[in-house]
Amino acid sequence: MDVVDEVLEKSAREAEKYKPITVEKHLELEYDLGTLMAVDKNEFDMDTLRKDKNDYLLNLTRDNTQLLLNKIWDLPTEQIEESIVVKLPPQKTVLPRMKPVPKPKPFTKWQQFAKEKGIQKKKKSKLSWDEQLQKWVPLYGFKRSNAEKQKDWLLEVPQNADPMEDQFAKKIEAKSERIAKNELQRLRNIAKARKIKVPRVGVINPDASSAKDLQAAVTVAKSSTASLGKYQSKLPNEKEARGVAAITPGATRKRKLPPVSANVEKTESLAIIDTILNKKPKLNIEKAVARHINNEQLE
Amino acid sequence: MSVIQRVVKPTTRKGKKVLLKREPQVIEGPKRALFFQGRKTSDKVRGLLKDLYDIKKPDALKLSRKNDITIFENATPVEAFCKKLESPLFMMGSHSKKRPDNIVVGRMYNYTLLDMIELYVESYEGLKEFAASKITLGIKPCLIFNGPQWEQSEELKQLKSIFIDFFHREHVENVRLQGIEHTLSFNATPDGKILLRSYKVFLKKSGCRTPRVELEEIGPRVDFSLRRSKLPDEDLMKEACRKPKELKVTKKKNITTDELGTTRGRIHIGRQDINKLQTRKMKGLKKTAAERKAEKAKIKTIIVNSDMNAVNEMRG
Repeated sequence: MDVVDEVLEKSAREAEKYKPITVEKHLELEYDLGTLMAVDKNEFDMDTLRKDKNDYLLNLTRDNTQLLLNKIWDLPTEQIEESIVVKLPPQKTVLPRMKPVPKPKPFTKWQQFAKEKGIQKKKKSKLSWDEQLQKWVPLYGFKRSNAEKQKDWLLEVPQNADPMEDQFAKKIEAKSERIAKNELQRLRNIAKARKIKVPRVGVINPDASSAKDLQAAVTVAKSSTASLGKYQSKLPNEKEARGVAAITPGATRKRKLPPVSANVEKTESLAIIDTILNKKPKLNIEKAVARHINNEQLE
Repeated sequence: MSVIQRVVKPTTRKGKKVLLKREPQVIEGPKRALFFQGRKTSDKVRGLLKDLYDIKKPDALKLSRKNDITIFENATPVEAFCKKLESPLFMMGSHSKKRPDNIVVGRMYNYTLLDMIELYVESYEGLKEFAASKITLGIKPCLIFNGPQWEQSEELKQLKSIFIDFFHREHVENVRLQGIEHTLSFNATPDGKILLRSYKVFLKKSGCRTPRVELEEIGPRVDFSLRRSKLPDEDLMKEACRKPKELKVTKKKNITTDELGTTRGRIHIGRQDINKLQTRKMKGLKKTAAERKAEKAKIKTIIVNSDMNAVNEMRG
């Protein structure tokens, strides 16, 4: 028993040597350990505050810091490179952000297309072996361009081309066209992403524009006469471009009125069904013959 | 038609990096603070700006020239500064006959002014006047808010939020226990004063694991009182406080952990169709090609007949 008493007495004496770590508070503090913050809602002791402001604030803050650190020391610890760290919980205080939440980047037209078709980007190697020059040529950069120059010291004139045409100038021109087209597409993608209406530029380069663009250009050009294209001749099977009514002078939309009564609607739909049901299959003689021969051979 | 901003591609790799860094991020780093002077400043205000700049370093920037800015009348020049220097927090010091020893603290959201509060520096003692040892640069301080007044008025609530934003630096996952060495104390007294004190923390032996805390004042020691304020627009504040989807914690369904710590998952299997159950395969039960063809044709005729019936019915 003596031993127990002795140990207890010793620990009590030991504890007396140190100042306490406990603090009495009327109202409990509010903590946000994620921000290392404590909020003390207790009223100030106004007399002491007036008498000895700085000492009072020092003691008050000491008590509150002690309480905050008591909480922090209770958190789970970890050892990282010879120092003990505590894992802080997430922040409770909600603070405004610096900038808005990032939005997902809209796809470019190509990315959209590639996604629909399931086209995946292939990784190209940075260097490739050039048989002609017998050396490794990078994919891009000044060394690539130097290599191109070395290779293309002579250009072949295509068979049906004008022999006096400068093939080198033509090549440079084609390259600048490609660059311009790419830039235009980039700007178009930006405009599309930001939902900005851009004025039409018409057909820029017949080599680079699509059949659809050309058709639109023809339709618009035909209607650009004094008589709004009324006396313009038409090619057989020529179709007008769609979606250009807004920029075609004199164009009116052909729109059918909705059916007047239920009876009329019924006859109209039945007529459609009749046309579908009475459709005779087109006879593809070649295919039919081939099938016939195939069947005969099988038998 | 609005003007398209920034359509020119950056020409250098460095420029590209700068532009990328300026784009909105999901997890934002520490907010940078900008310290600058108004038309005229007093020694007091200049000293305070310098001291708070020293405390806020390295996420701080100080402009040395005077600026002809009256921020409550026109905040656009400050917005321009903050945009150019990428700092959403600002502190402006000024001194005039009407408003001597003036400090304006505020913050921006998306380069527009969110909120700001004007404070009068009643008394000030700088960092230099305290002969105490200083703290490590860039350390995360403990923030202590004393007094019930912090919750009682809208201005003080906002000021508290601004102070936290200004001094908390950045949210971190881990904190080194021996690295807690700075406490900032903000006291709102009933007579409308805001007392800012800054202390160095000493961790003393206490006989148990948790240490005994002792403080030593290191300055600056400032007494503020409130002047004008611009509280944030409610919608803008709500927008600014939005949490990105990526950071939201979604509850995982059907996963439980029991007392022993084993994780149990519950999965859902649809109802079993016994008719389609694959039993033992036998050659005798296999359908021949002719049988399969006949079955297909049968289905086709049924569909065509039903369609024809429907049409005939319509015809009457």
